[in-house]
Amino acid sequence: MQSSSQGLAPTAAAALERGLACNLDDVIMTVGLSKTFPGGIRAVESLNLTVAAGEIFGLLGPNGAGKTTTVGMLSTRVIPTAGEACVGGVDIVAEPALAKQAIGVVAQSNTLDRSLTVWENLYFHCRYFGADKAAARARADELLAQFHLADRARADVATLSGGMAQRLMVARGIAHRPHILFLDEPTAGLDPQSRLALWEILHGLHGEGLTVLLTTHYMEEADQLCDRVAIMDHGRILALDTPRGLKASVGADTIARVATTGDPAAFAAALAAGLGDGARTETGDGAVTVFLKGADGVVPRIVALADAGGFAITDLSVSEPTLETVFIALTGKELRE
Amino acid sequence: MSAVADHLATRRAMGFRPSRGASLAAFWALLLRDLRVLRKTIVVFAIRTVMQPLLLVFVFTYVFPKIGQGVGGSSSSEAAFSTLLMAGVVGTSMIFQGVQAVALPLVQEFGYTREIEDRVMAPLPVWGVAVEKIAAGAVQALIAGLVVFPLAAVIPATPVHLHVHWLFLLTIAPIAAVLSAALGLTMGTRVKPQQVPLLFAIVVLPITFLGAVYYPWASLAPIRWLQIVVLVNPLVYMCEGFRLALTSGVVHMPIWAIYAGMIAFTVVLSWVGIDGFRRRVLS
Ligand SMILES: Nc1ncnc2c1ncn2[C@@H]1O[C@H](COP(=O)(O)OP(=O)(O)OP(=O)(O)O)[C@@H](O)[C@H]1O
Ligand SMILES: [Mg+2]
Repeated sequence: MQSSSQGLAPTAAAALERGLACNLDDVIMTVGLSKTFPGGIRAVESLNLTVAAGEIFGLLGPNGAGKTTTVGMLSTRVIPTAGEACVGGVDIVAEPALAKQAIGVVAQSNTLDRSLTVWENLYFHCRYFGADKAAARARADELLAQFHLADRARADVATLSGGMAQRLMVARGIAHRPHILFLDEPTAGLDPQSRLALWEILHGLHGEGLTVLLTTHYMEEADQLCDRVAIMDHGRILALDTPRGLKASVGADTIARVATTGDPAAFAAALAAGLGDGARTETGDGAVTVFLKGADGVVPRIVALADAGGFAITDLSVSEPTLETVFIALTGKELRE
Repeated sequence: MSAVADHLATRRAMGFRPSRGASLAAFWALLLRDLRVLRKTIVVFAIRTVMQPLLLVFVFTYVFPKIGQGVGGSSSSEAAFSTLLMAGVVGTSMIFQGVQAVALPLVQEFGYTREIEDRVMAPLPVWGVAVEKIAAGAVQALIAGLVVFPLAAVIPATPVHLHVHWLFLLTIAPIAAVLSAALGLTMGTRVKPQQVPLLFAIVVLPITFLGAVYYPWASLAPIRWLQIVVLVNPLVYMCEGFRLALTSGVVHMPIWAIYAGMIAFTVVLSWVGIDGFRRRVLS
């Protein structure tokens, strides 16, 4: 009715003018994308992202990092306050209705249509996206079988377990064969088994060439599932790379955490001196964390240094860097508080 | 080929459908979805729709005349009252159903899980989703209006003299239906979801009690201030319109005033409702 940019027929050159700035093969591309909510909350600040076709891209960040706001903007529901974004080659601000044809969304909360049955949720979703009766029926049947929900076809969605509801949300998200699937914390609240099942599904979709952008605050999920990960906090991207690249950026491949009696700072100094070049120490929580290159003989060397300095070791663990380590290195705080 | 045409051709090759066609298909599918839900809840809908007109018609046109308290006194004026009431009952049940059909489901859709966020991912503009809500509500309001006629034929103890003026009926009824649904959209989007039920007490009840349902608007002349105040009530124009369309010899507002009032309310409430919907959905 108002806002010509959302009009039913933005076919003319005027509406396309902005849209032409988008490259048709920019599956997801943002430049300086920002959202400041009324009241001055800067949920997303100057986001620059490019996601390639067929990629699984992860946004990893703690509560309030701006993940949902980012997905909201890319799926046309949240209107950016600055910057530009193309999704499926379409400018999401200039032509939101067109962009929606290319995207599937699995929201953070359960947005299933509670007035419909499981089967009808899929059937009507296909109809919204232009499938005729027969095609929508066939697709709904096919998806229910594929997602192991066939025996619940006639059930009310309110009777589904959390895991089933999540599977149905994913099935619905891909029902119209979108080019890009947005998954906002798809495994939050799922038990480990359901989470693995969902990972399987996502691997399958990846194999079919779907582009996936998922948000998560589980580092294992970002690590195992994603081709590339952006670490986000306070609306900004702090680092963006492959999980391997991110972990390498810590500059160590071995991390030892040692708790001892005595002054941690003194022990840290002793370790730094004794372990030589390339070892970096941090103290916190009454323990010393050592970042090293090369794991060979680390434990005996640490034990020897502790003995020599008169510290009694109460706890010692050795691990490889994880995305959590990267996050702590970047922000000085833990991902999950 | 121009850059624009080139761009459009490539898009089509990528599987994009033209916006207009995709939007219309999505609009139609959303309407089908609402009708499916209506069909599933048909018993509730029927009770909700029939109850109010049934009681109104029963008490005013059966019980009152039978116990000798018929409104109007003589039997001929009782018949006149029953006749003019019928138009009011059509108007009331339409506005009641139109408002409920649109406003109540929005409470769930805007509620905690924000189901609406999925509905608006359908490939049409957000305002198109809002228009669809009005369309679906208007269909239910029309059905509610139609239900009143059989009641009018069967129940009253006094004769009801309806004279249908088709030209008026076929224009007034659709406008009244859209107006009712647009009022529902305005109510459902302009207050917090939890407060919508409260609106029935503070908006819908006054509207129906002061909507020229039981008397023609002209007969309010002795209470001049009230006669003027009720002009902000859209139901007044609807009831006057149905009197124009369904009766002969009952006073009603000038025809132009009826149409102008209904169209103005329809346009304003649709605009306010659609804008309210966009504000609730987009952030
Ligand atoms: N509609 C809104 N109005 C005002 N502020 C909002 C709105 N939506 C989000 N915010 C704020 O924006 C910031 C980012 O929120 P967002 O939901 O994007 O975070 P998130 O990374 O998805 O967090 P979570 O892991 O908890 O889902 C938060 O400070 C939040 O309070
Ligand atoms: Mg979130």
